[in-house]
Amino acid sequence: MRIVILGAGRVGSSVAENLVSEANDITVVDTDTERLRKLQDRLDLRTVTGNAGHPEALARAGARDADLILAVTQSDETNLVACKLAATMFNVPTKIARIRAADYLSHPEIFAADHFAVDTVICPEQILTDYIVKLIEFPESLQVLEFADGRVSLVGVRAFHGGPLVGQELQTIRKHLPNLDTRVAAIFRQDSPIIPDATTVIEAGDEVFFVAATENIRGVMRELRRMDKPVKRVMVGGGGNIGRRLAQALEKKYEVKVIEYDRKNAESLAADLGNTLVLAGDVTDEELLKAESIGEMDIYCALTNDDENNIMSSLLAKRMGARRVVALINRSSYVNLVQAGQIDIAISPAQTTIGKLLAHVRQGDCVAVHSLRRGAAEALELVAHGDSKSSKVVGRRIEEIELPKGATIGAVVRSHRRGDDDSARSEHEVLIAHHHLVIEPEDHVIVFVVNKRMMSKVEKLFQVGVGFL
Amino acid sequence: MSWLIAIAPVAALIAMAMSLSHALPLAVSLHLDDGAAMPFAISMALNFFTGAAIWLLTRRHKRELSLREGILLVVSVWTGGALFATVPLLLALPELSFTDAYFEAVSGLTATGATVLTGLDHLPPSLNLWRAELQWLGGMGVIVLVVAILPMLGVGGRQISRAEIPGPIKDEQLTPRITQTAKGLWLVYAGLTAACALAYHFAGMSPLDALIHAFTTLSLGGFSSYDASFAHFDSPLLEAIAILFMMLAGINFATHFLVWRTLNLRHYATDTEARYFVLVIAVSVAGISALLLGAGIYDGGWSALRYAAFNIVSVGTTTGYATADYSQWPVFAPLWILFLGTFLSCSGSTGGGIKMMRAMILYRQVYREIKGLAHPHAVNPVKIAGHVVADNVVFAVLGFFFIWVVLLVSMTLLLGWTGLDAMTAFSAVVASLNNIGPGLHRVGPATNFAVLSDFQTWICAFAMLLGRLELFALLVVFTPTFWRK
Repeated sequence: MRIVILGAGRVGSSVAENLVSEANDITVVDTDTERLRKLQDRLDLRTVTGNAGHPEALARAGARDADLILAVTQSDETNLVACKLAATMFNVPTKIARIRAADYLSHPEIFAADHFAVDTVICPEQILTDYIVKLIEFPESLQVLEFADGRVSLVGVRAFHGGPLVGQELQTIRKHLPNLDTRVAAIFRQDSPIIPDATTVIEAGDEVFFVAATENIRGVMRELRRMDKPVKRVMVGGGGNIGRRLAQALEKKYEVKVIEYDRKNAESLAADLGNTLVLAGDVTDEELLKAESIGEMDIYCALTNDDENNIMSSLLAKRMGARRVVALINRSSYVNLVQAGQIDIAISPAQTTIGKLLAHVRQGDCVAVHSLRRGAAEALELVAHGDSKSSKVVGRRIEEIELPKGATIGAVVRSHRRGDDDSARSEHEVLIAHHHLVIEPEDHVIVFVVNKRMMSKVEKLFQVGVGFL
Repeated sequence: MSWLIAIAPVAALIAMAMSLSHALPLAVSLHLDDGAAMPFAISMALNFFTGAAIWLLTRRHKRELSLREGILLVVSVWTGGALFATVPLLLALPELSFTDAYFEAVSGLTATGATVLTGLDHLPPSLNLWRAELQWLGGMGVIVLVVAILPMLGVGGRQISRAEIPGPIKDEQLTPRITQTAKGLWLVYAGLTAACALAYHFAGMSPLDALIHAFTTLSLGGFSSYDASFAHFDSPLLEAIAILFMMLAGINFATHFLVWRTLNLRHYATDTEARYFVLVIAVSVAGISALLLGAGIYDGGWSALRYAAFNIVSVGTTTGYATADYSQWPVFAPLWILFLGTFLSCSGSTGGGIKMMRAMILYRQVYREIKGLAHPHAVNPVKIAGHVVADNVVFAVLGFFFIWVVLLVSMTLLLGWTGLDAMTAFSAVVASLNNIGPGLHRVGPATNFAVLSDFQTWICAFAMLLGRLELFALLVVFTPTFWRK
């Protein structure tokens, strides 16, 4: 696939890094030569220096032959213009733009084909906020990822002593949970993946990824670790874009405190937010944290722009008694450094937001992609098309499908049409993947891949053979 | 020694790939029954089995190469490749010393064209083809070829190919992937070679001569299958074809690639470097023809023009064919021709020397200094074709030029110390360091490098490698910083 990425910032660079190893031709456009040079020293891609909002730079970047254009510059306006230009001058089939301003986002009609012609709008701040909200809702989990419009969830949990299932073989899960259907998709033990089978024993400290219907996940989690009491008090360090959105999303359900360093911004936060207590101060200020009883907090989220501040402040909060701390960390080397240490969850913005982009790049009919474990693993929702002749998956039992090593099918979402007319409402059924389940056409299949190198094989598996066409 | 284990599997694969290059001379040898089939068969087997053995032993250790290991890979491939290339020469010519064989192989791979062999006309034809093929492979670059056909080097491929693609600005990218870029460059190169071979053949060369000379024309190497070089044919038409293709090979192949892909000749017009390249050639040809005519060396204007044009283009583009003993011309002419060889070829071409682009940058940097004296407040960037050249590039070019001069002087002195006369020593170093081929006086176009002692031969071989790898890639290996842990 020929991909043009506009903007070599954090999002642009990490997307380039994720896609470059696969069969993609990537060109990155930015105004900053130095940044481009650094990117090019590391990755096999082409760089073009220029303003991404100008036709001339787009032409030089090869927009004419591009299959996908990804506008992720700092400026919403440049991104919008670039998409419009890509549509009118270069006929680029897929255009994705990063839009931050809530004002634009609240008028989705401006993204239509005859306006700014943006096919998909992504807002990393919103994706991150949703992600953190999920973590607060399920405070025991490391990661909660949704598929099939939220019907199925993939949850990562660290197994602890005291969980009924810890130290047991996986096949006993059915005895423990006769009414809940679930499947363990993968286990990471000391950072290396284990493909689970019926006899795998879960050890304390394992990162367990399981798939279940969304309403069941709390029940499954209870088997893996002692449940904490539900979250009531949340403190957010940093009232920037993400902190603000998060406070807005949380303030109705939880007691929220926000610490913001910049006095002006703190005042504007206080004006916008209703129930939230806005504090002007430094997130690493021990006195402030103490005065605001950090020890009583169920969750502390450090979300400033500065990695070091986030790490230090969440370490401090943890030591001062916060039950669970979450830190936003951009640098991937830092993420590896702190994960599973004092900080309960390290969130990498790039990894969290990349899934939405990957869904457009993956071949085959891919509805959603989530990147896990710093990009090493991926979970995909793929649609099985064709029939038993043209497809390698349709009409087969799951045990018959020749999945590459390291890939497992977690669940299948099947829609049943009610009535005959096309407009009929459809009803969705979540089926957890067991050996004897037969895949039907148009099933949404959730696949977990622990090794990114196997990605292309999984894509091929779901592509419809020539016979279908 | 972890670097050795890291580069071994890659180098082994290259050795195996290079064993394929023996197929052509082997086939020719078998067809003509010229007696050199055995050496080629042995050498081919040696390349293949050495490569296979090393690969089997070390393939487990294959990993992404660091920049340092990449440089070491380039240096080992060029020095080691030349070593392997000596095998057919040594086996087919038992009286040839190892020093001379290595010199010949290096001169081949670096597309220099200096030779220590006499009686080329009586060599087995397959051996002449082998020498020409070496130049052809080295002309565009062995690593670039490997990157094109074996996409195993990944990102490292780009950094490593930089050592082989000449010119000061190496970040110019034609396609998003280095593999595609390398493929494109080699396709254009092979296409032009085929066109050149056909043209030679239709203009009167035998098929084998046409192929040999097309190989050494496009690589700007200059090996010939005759002692008399191009004078052997004594054909104005062949010389005109050679001039055309030497000039094409002296232009940046990236420009050829763009023209080929967009089918638009406009790219030649916008290539500033190519404009200066053509301009300098035109002025030199006119000036030297007039000089020759005035000195009464040739009778008519036509023959003065013919000999001036061919020899200027040949030496200026660092090919090194000769149709006349131009060292007998008035002293301005041979010196000017040799001087052209030091800078005329464009960056990204198969020629040697410091490249037209660097010369342009140097000139404009000097002009900037002068302008700065007159207007101390002037903002005064170095611009090429309307684009500002970054200061770090200018510094790199200045550094390059300085070390080039230092090498030129020190190696000339070293050759002088071993007993060569000034003109021979100087011109031998210029001809080697800039991958031109023939020098002047005792190593001039009418003679060859066989007159040098073993030690002098090694110095010239080293100079050729330095020149082909653009000095720094080879020099860096000799610095303590490079080896510091």
